[in-house]
Amino acid sequence: MTAKAEGIRPDYLHVASMIAPGSKVLDVGCGDGGLLKLLRDQKGVDGRGIELSREGVNDCVAAGLAVIQGDADTDLAFYPDDSFDVVILSQTIQATRAPRVVLEHMLRIGKRAIISFPNFGHWRLRMQLLTRGRMPASENLPYHWYDTPNIHFCTIRDFVDLVREVDAVTERSAALDRHGRAVRVHAPWWFWNLFGEQAVFKLRRKD
Amino acid sequence: MARRQADEPAGLRARFGPDEPLVLDAGVALSPFQIAYQTYGRLNAEKSNAVLVCHALTGDQHVASDNPVTGKPGWWEIMIGPGKPIDTDRYFVICSNVLGGCMGTTGPASADPATGEAYGLTLPLITIPDMVRAQAMLVKRLGIDTLFCVLGGSMGGMQVLQWAAEYKDMVFSALPIATSAKHSAQNIAFHEVGRQAIMADPQWRGGRYLVEGARPSAGLAVARMAAHITYLSDMALHRKFGRRFQDRDAPTFSFDADFQVESYLRYQGEAFVERFDANSYLYVTRAMDYFDIAADHGGSLAKAFAGTKTRFCIVSFTSDWLFPTADSRQVVHALNAAGASVSFAEIASDKGHDAFLLDEPELFAITRGFLDAAARARGLAGPAG
Repeated sequence: MTAKAEGIRPDYLHVASMIAPGSKVLDVGCGDGGLLKLLRDQKGVDGRGIELSREGVNDCVAAGLAVIQGDADTDLAFYPDDSFDVVILSQTIQATRAPRVVLEHMLRIGKRAIISFPNFGHWRLRMQLLTRGRMPASENLPYHWYDTPNIHFCTIRDFVDLVREVDAVTERSAALDRHGRAVRVHAPWWFWNLFGEQAVFKLRRKD
Repeated sequence: MARRQADEPAGLRARFGPDEPLVLDAGVALSPFQIAYQTYGRLNAEKSNAVLVCHALTGDQHVASDNPVTGKPGWWEIMIGPGKPIDTDRYFVICSNVLGGCMGTTGPASADPATGEAYGLTLPLITIPDMVRAQAMLVKRLGIDTLFCVLGGSMGGMQVLQWAAEYKDMVFSALPIATSAKHSAQNIAFHEVGRQAIMADPQWRGGRYLVEGARPSAGLAVARMAAHITYLSDMALHRKFGRRFQDRDAPTFSFDADFQVESYLRYQGEAFVERFDANSYLYVTRAMDYFDIAADHGGSLAKAFAGTKTRFCIVSFTSDWLFPTADSRQVVHALNAAGASVSFAEIASDKGHDAFLLDEPELFAITRGFLDAAARARGLAGPAG
């Protein structure tokens, strides 16, 4: 096991806290399988993954995880309705070509969808654009504008709008600071949007 | 000698008499018939650790022990054995020669009990589902209700998919490698070239060469040469041979094997006729051509796997142009649509289709990882010792 896989990412713990033991879960963009492993070992989850990178997939399969090589933008269409309890998209939505379509597929395939994403409304990023006049970069977003896989950044408020547009209901949500700790739970949206480095949303379809 | 192996194989064999006929897709019952097979490792008390290895087009049951005809090591010894990815300290490995083959399972080179002469073309055509039904009879004969895993590459992978579709309750996990749920038009075309080469050889004698004491060696060798090219990649050929000359510095301005690649192909063709029967080549290639799981299920591949509980791992190779990754993806999508547990890995290799038989550490790691996880799920004990 790699050191990276041993160290559990704080946002994984938030995602895991939103998932019932024994659920059937699809992790879209599962990377090295860290979250799936956590869910399998600690929650007895029946997990599947989709990952774009060949190396990531092969590591996952060698570790005994059921992961396929695929692309969230094209492959979710092949999954039938209601085939999972939860579909997860962690730190990936900003790298999809059609985030809205991906989100709609997630809500179709899963009874619940959990999305975590970097918040482009964070004050540090706002400051970079305002004071330096340059595209923001941070520890979590280390790319240049010209080589980034991230093509559809949004802020927490933008995401909340998208949730409304796809007719979904937010069951739970959290904004996390740079250490992965939850920002004040009862804060208003503007506060989350300014001080959350990333956000986690648990959604379901409107009844 | 290959000829004798057809009726008197080295190793194990199961005979099925008139009371156990095999009804073929061609609509006739084959009876009596026999299946030649080999086993490695030990079946546990619960009979829950059996792994069925399905061989490719010209493979045989000698998967992890010396081949009695060639004297060479088994075709997958790199993969199977104590401590290897398919660990014989842990699993009971079965490999049988396919129906239509020529290494002891009934095929066109076997003696027809009705006449005492080799069947030749009087043997009904065989399909991949027929091969699998015969294997299932062997597995039941061995007292095994559920196979822990069915795995194999190329035509072996087709058998794996067929097993999973037809015997859902008998297959706990399935590992089809470098394969497809149907044979493509291009692949049928290559097979036709091979068959025509055999049938154009005057020594083929309308398929009666064994009875008439002839051998269509030239035709079979050409068939093998053409097929062999499809197993490799341009990159692999280039790396191995380039445009280098064989034992000379300049072209001879003749049709000698000036190039190393020519000499290599000629050697491959000649070696092949020593161990394989020409009519078997016709039958087994035809079986692959007819293979189309979706067509057998109203055009829907997903329907073929509906309700499956089998754990799948699909593997393809980047440079395989005979069974390209797109073919594997179709199977993966169908399995997803069927709600199956499926992993899919594409392995970066420039070795072409043959990569599944070669030293590919990623394939070994994936095989080991997949089997380990499946063994945990099945409650199989860890490696012995």
